[in-house]
Amino acid sequence: MKSITDILKSRNLLSIYLTAGFPTVERTIEILTEIEDYGVDFVELGMPFSDPLADGETIQQSSVTAIRNGMTLANYFEVLKIVRERTDLPIVYMGYLNQIMQYGAEAFCKKCNELDIQNLIIPDLPIEVYEKEYKQLYKKYGLLMSFLITPTTPEERIRKIEALTTGFIYVVSSSSITGKKRKITKKQQRHYEKIRAMNLSKPTMIGFGIYDKETYEFACRYANGAIIGSEFIRYVAKENAAQFLTSLKS
Amino acid sequence: MSFTTDQNGYYGNYGGAYIPEMLHQNIQQLQNNYEKIIKMSSFQEAYRKLLNDYAGRPSPLYFATRLSDKYGCKIYLKREDLNHTGSHKINNTLGQILVAKQMGKKRIIAETGAGQHGVATATVCALMDLECVVYMGALDVKRQAPNVARMKMLGAKVITANSGSQTLKDATNEAIRDWINNPEDTYYLIGSVVGPHPYPDMVAHFQSIISEELQQQLIKKEGIKNPHRILACIGGGSNAAGIYYHYLKNKKVQLIAAEAAGKGIDSGESAATSILGRDGIIHGSKTLLMQTSDGQITEPYSISAGLDYPGIGPMHAHLIKEKRLDVYPITDIEALEAAMELTSLEGIIPALESAHALGILPKLEIEKDEIIVISLSGRGDKDMEAYQKYFKYAKKHPHEDLEKSFLFVP
Ligand SMILES: Cc1ncc(COP(=O)(O)O)c(C=O)c1O
Repeated sequence: MKSITDILKSRNLLSIYLTAGFPTVERTIEILTEIEDYGVDFVELGMPFSDPLADGETIQQSSVTAIRNGMTLANYFEVLKIVRERTDLPIVYMGYLNQIMQYGAEAFCKKCNELDIQNLIIPDLPIEVYEKEYKQLYKKYGLLMSFLITPTTPEERIRKIEALTTGFIYVVSSSSITGKKRKITKKQQRHYEKIRAMNLSKPTMIGFGIYDKETYEFACRYANGAIIGSEFIRYVAKENAAQFLTSLKS
Repeated sequence: MSFTTDQNGYYGNYGGAYIPEMLHQNIQQLQNNYEKIIKMSSFQEAYRKLLNDYAGRPSPLYFATRLSDKYGCKIYLKREDLNHTGSHKINNTLGQILVAKQMGKKRIIAETGAGQHGVATATVCALMDLECVVYMGALDVKRQAPNVARMKMLGAKVITANSGSQTLKDATNEAIRDWINNPEDTYYLIGSVVGPHPYPDMVAHFQSIISEELQQQLIKKEGIKNPHRILACIGGGSNAAGIYYHYLKNKKVQLIAAEAAGKGIDSGESAATSILGRDGIIHGSKTLLMQTSDGQITEPYSISAGLDYPGIGPMHAHLIKEKRLDVYPITDIEALEAAMELTSLEGIIPALESAHALGILPKLEIEKDEIIVISLSGRGDKDMEAYQKYFKYAKKHPHEDLEKSFLFVP
C-alpha cells in the first residue's frame, strides 16, 4: 500500500474530492479505480451528509444524489473494500462528525484501519474537541488527521494546528464555502504567501475554489499541491471527468 | 446539578461548538466578548430601555378567567404576543443587535421559520440602521407570507432556502454558509437557543427577562413567586428557556414543554425531537436530533413553521436527560383545537407555535387551586390562512375523531 505520508513529501500533488455514491455507486468505484492513470496522487472520498455546512451547492447536490443512491457509512466501507482489490490509491476520508458519532467512533476507526484509509478530514471537528476526545483513539488506529486553516486563522492558531496535524494542513484558499469559482485575487496570493513564509513543518494542500489548470498551478507554487472538489464533480456530472483531469496536467 | 453552561459551552453532555474552522474566529470573538458586553452598565441601560419603551415590556401576566374555569385551576398567560413585532423574539434581537453594534459589525444575517424572528431582526436592523439579510425556507415563505411582507417593508433582504425540506433547518444551514462567506463584517443573529456556544447561553440570557418579570408579577397577583407548572412550546426552545430560566433550580416548579407531533409521532411526519431524537450534532451543537440510523438528519414536519425543526436547544436536551423537563407531543390538530379554544374563551388568537403549549392543558391531571403559567409566545396574525382552512374543514367534518382528521392538509 502506498503511504500518504511518503506521497506528501513531493510537490505538485493533485488531489481530487469526490462524493461517494455520486453519480452512482458503480461510477464511484470506476472513478476510484482509474483515477491514478490521470495523474491524481490521492483522493478525498466524501461521505455524503444531509446538511453539509461548509459546502456549496455542487457538493450539496451530489450528496443528495449519493444519499438517494443508498450511500450509508456501511456502504461507503463496502465500496472501499471493492476498490482496495483494484488499486492502492491513497484515500482520505472526508465527512462530518455526526455520522462518525452514530457509527461509533471506535468502530469507525477500526474500519478505516482495516481498509487502509490513512487520513481523515472532519470539517466540523474543532481541534479543541479533537485533542480532548479523539486524538488518542485516532492514534491507536494509526489514523492521520488533517485540519483546515483559513485566511482568518491567526498565526498563533496556525502554529497550534501545525503541531496537531499528523497528515497535511488543508489550506482553505479564501473565506468561503466550497465550490466558488473566482479568478485569483491579490488577497488570496497574500494569504498563500503568508502560509509559505511560515515554513510549516507539515505538508500543505490548498483547496476550495481550485477549478482549472491556472488555479491549480498557482496553488502548487505555494504548497505541496492542491485539491479539486466541486469542479471535478461538475465534470463527473457532465461525464467528461477524464478530459478535465488531462487538461490540468497538459 | 447545573443548568447553565460550563466554560466550554456545555450543558452536561450537550452543547459545545462543533464548527468548521472557517467560523472559528467569529465564534471565538463572540465567546470572548458576549459576557463582558452584556455586563457593561451602558449595555444594560440601553437594553432595558429598549425592552421597556420600544418592545413594550413588561409583558402582561394575564389571568385567563374562562380558561381557568374550564380546567378548574388558575391559568395565567404570559403575554409575549403583546410585544412589539408580536412575539418573544424581540427580547433576543434587541439584546443581540446591541452586542453586534458593540463588536462593530455592519451586516446582520438571520434565519427564520415562522418569520417572527426574521421580523424581529429586520425591525432592530431598521432601528439601528444596519444591513439585514434573512434566510427562510421556501415552504415557510409560502405559509408565513404576512411575515415575509413585513420583513421586506422593514428593509430586509429575504433569501429563500430551497434545500432539504425548505424549512427552518435549511434556512439555518444557509445562514451559516453566508457567515462562512462573509467572516469580516457580518454578525449572525440566531433566533433561538440553538447553534454553537455561546448562542444558546446568550439567547437564553436575553429571554430570561420573561421569568424575571413573571416572578415579580406572580408575587403581586398571587403573593407567591412560584407557580405549580410552567408550560411552553419548543422549536429551538427560546421562549421556553426564557420562561423557565429563573425557575430552573427550583424543583417545586414543574417545567413542561410542548413539541410538535405533526400528524402523530408514528406518522413519519412530525418534529417530536425528544421522543424520536438521539444524541447528534446539528448547527454546531451536540444535542438531541432526529436522524436516520446512519446519521443523516431527518426532514421534520409540523403545521407550525416555528416548531418544524429536527433538533432542540442543548439546554433542553440536558433538562430532559436530567428529568427536569417533561415534554408532551402535541399534534397539528390538537394545537389547532387549542387555538380555537383560547380564541373563543379569551378573545386571544395565539400563534400556532404557542397553540402547542395550550394543547398540553387537556392532557394534564390538574388539581384545584393549582397555578399554571403558559408562555403565550406569539400572536396568530401570521397563521390566519391555516386557521381559516381548518375552520372550514372542521365545519364539514364535525364528528370525525382526531385520528381521521389528519386528512386535513394545512
Ligand atoms: C410565536 C413563536 N413561538 C415559539 C417559536 C419557537 O421558537 P422557540 O422555541 O425558540 O421559542 C416561534 C418561532 O418561530 C414563534 O414564532
